[in-house]
Amino acid sequence: MATISIRDVRKSYGKTEVIHGVSLDVADGEFIVIVGPSGCGKSTLLRMVAGLERITAGTMEIGGRVVNDLEPRERDIAMVFQNYALYPHMSVFDNMAYGLKIAGKTKDEIRQRVDQAAAMLQLEPYLDRKPRALSGGQRQRVAMGRALVRNPAVFLFDEPLSNLDAKLRVQMRLEIKQMQRSVGTTALYVTHDQVEAMTLADRLVVMNAGIAEQIDTPMAVYERPATRFVAGFIGSPAMNILKGSVSGSDFVLEGGGKLALDTKPAETGRPLLFGVRPEHLQIATAKEATLNLSVTAVETLGADTLAHGTLSGANGAGGELIARLPGSAKVAPGDTLPLTVQENMTHLFDAETGKRV
Amino acid sequence: MEKRVTFDNRMLPYLLLAPQLAVTIVFFFWPAGQALYQSLLLPDPFGLGARFVWFSNFEYLFNDRYYLQSFVTTAVFTFFVTLVSMSVALLFAVMADQVIKGAGAYKTLLIWPYAVAPAVAGVMWLFMFQPSIGVVAFYMKAMGIDWNPVLNGGQAMTLVILAAAWKQISYNFLFFLAGLQAIPKSLIEAAAIDGAGKWHRFRTIIFPLLSPTTFFLLVVNIVYAFFETFGIIHTMTAGGPGQSTTILVYKVYSDGFVGQDLGSSAAQSVILMVVVGILTVIQFRFIERRVHY
Repeated sequence: MATISIRDVRKSYGKTEVIHGVSLDVADGEFIVIVGPSGCGKSTLLRMVAGLERITAGTMEIGGRVVNDLEPRERDIAMVFQNYALYPHMSVFDNMAYGLKIAGKTKDEIRQRVDQAAAMLQLEPYLDRKPRALSGGQRQRVAMGRALVRNPAVFLFDEPLSNLDAKLRVQMRLEIKQMQRSVGTTALYVTHDQVEAMTLADRLVVMNAGIAEQIDTPMAVYERPATRFVAGFIGSPAMNILKGSVSGSDFVLEGGGKLALDTKPAETGRPLLFGVRPEHLQIATAKEATLNLSVTAVETLGADTLAHGTLSGANGAGGELIARLPGSAKVAPGDTLPLTVQENMTHLFDAETGKRV
Repeated sequence: MEKRVTFDNRMLPYLLLAPQLAVTIVFFFWPAGQALYQSLLLPDPFGLGARFVWFSNFEYLFNDRYYLQSFVTTAVFTFFVTLVSMSVALLFAVMADQVIKGAGAYKTLLIWPYAVAPAVAGVMWLFMFQPSIGVVAFYMKAMGIDWNPVLNGGQAMTLVILAAAWKQISYNFLFFLAGLQAIPKSLIEAAAIDGAGKWHRFRTIIFPLLSPTTFFLLVVNIVYAFFETFGIIHTMTAGGPGQSTTILVYKVYSDGFVGQDLGSSAAQSVILMVVVGILTVIQFRFIERRVHY
């Protein structure tokens, strides 16, 4: 168990910088999820913690010890890979015991620790099997067992669930969380899946193009996204973003429509982006409506109904919008929906920098 | 759906196969049959007639000290050629696998020796190590080494082993490199995180995962050392000095075409055929049971 402290860490390949100074403090026992689209540098960051990639600049501390120049094996970490990286020529037992043997543990201790981990992961019947005789979910468990038996200071997960089918993914997600809770080991988890990120994380690191855009709890990231990118990345369907500018206490859309604002920004006239999540739009009476949506497509998900459309009518023109309505809502393409925005659920971003205003 | 190609004319398939069959029959089955037949004959000294002697050629061979010695020579030669060419190739492959800059150039250079004909390779090595004109031999003598493979059987053996192994390194290198590149990188990384040092990783992860390649190469290299090194031996030592580098396949040639003992030569080639057969069986059984990861 240990804290991790990442100070302005950078990574360059030749002259191309791919990580532009990330800083992060991880408390002991915390579960941190690094989430972002592919190519944002999240895996690279994790591999730098693991010692599989050199750190170009900045410092990396694990348990108060600077590890920049330490080999992976000197860092007291364990990693679970996307493709599991099980040793194909070894049995499940030997896969899990590999690190312990190298560490020079006695046979009895190895046996005891592997058995304990196997019991925790329900792998006992498979200890003598080779990885190729296991299903995807079982392989995933073995990979976790291999990390678990070593009792490391930090767990690193590199998209460990990407190769599993949807149902198993949900199950393994819970198991990973429970396992981490019960052993209380600090964990860094990389994923591109926002559901995984939201459900697993104590705190989220949302990365984009080599920058940590926001580091906060999942709810804080959802409620107060720090940038336009975070607003669009976290939440499904993505937050509606409308272009325009502030005029008085209204937000004036590019198409001329007006929306009332909860809080009045200090400056007016600057190009801004107005954001509202689909779930924060409600059907209203024609009188109350601040927005009118001409519905172009409807997706029924059972619990919810998603209405896609464009803004229309007196209160606004221009801009596409999605509204998340209750499953019981009767909507059909061609309808015009009168909508209101829930109070205190709007966001404003600078059009140029993307920063929250 | 019928996957096989079907012909309307019943003769056409045979006609299409004919050239390949003709080549196989003329250059393989016919000589093999001839060898089998001749191995049972004893020709007269002038080659005018031959007597059918059943298996006395074989009997004679297995009582011949030189022939039995040739087995030992072949075993020593094959063992060292295989060992040297495979271990050096593995070393090169592991090193080339880590090279990032100019990897293509290294690989090309390492593959070149394979294109050199055995006889040419033999002559090249001979020029370098020939005691009176060889460049390397000159420096070896200057360093005080008593180098004379023309007279010293052990040195002659070392020389042909080196030349034969050198030629085979490229081939082995290619297979080992391909084998190494097929090992997922994450396995090596997982082992590194598990605490394994470089050598330990090689011993416990890389080498076991290369085992199908290694076994395949072992069989190929043994066959190579047995049969394809004739040109090297012929140009470098001609089996000498004494009989010290006369491997089985060279003895077939020298007894038959130099010694004119065609019956014995044929008997020897029949024995070699059996050896090839055994090696082939091993290879096929191996390929069938080859471990797939």
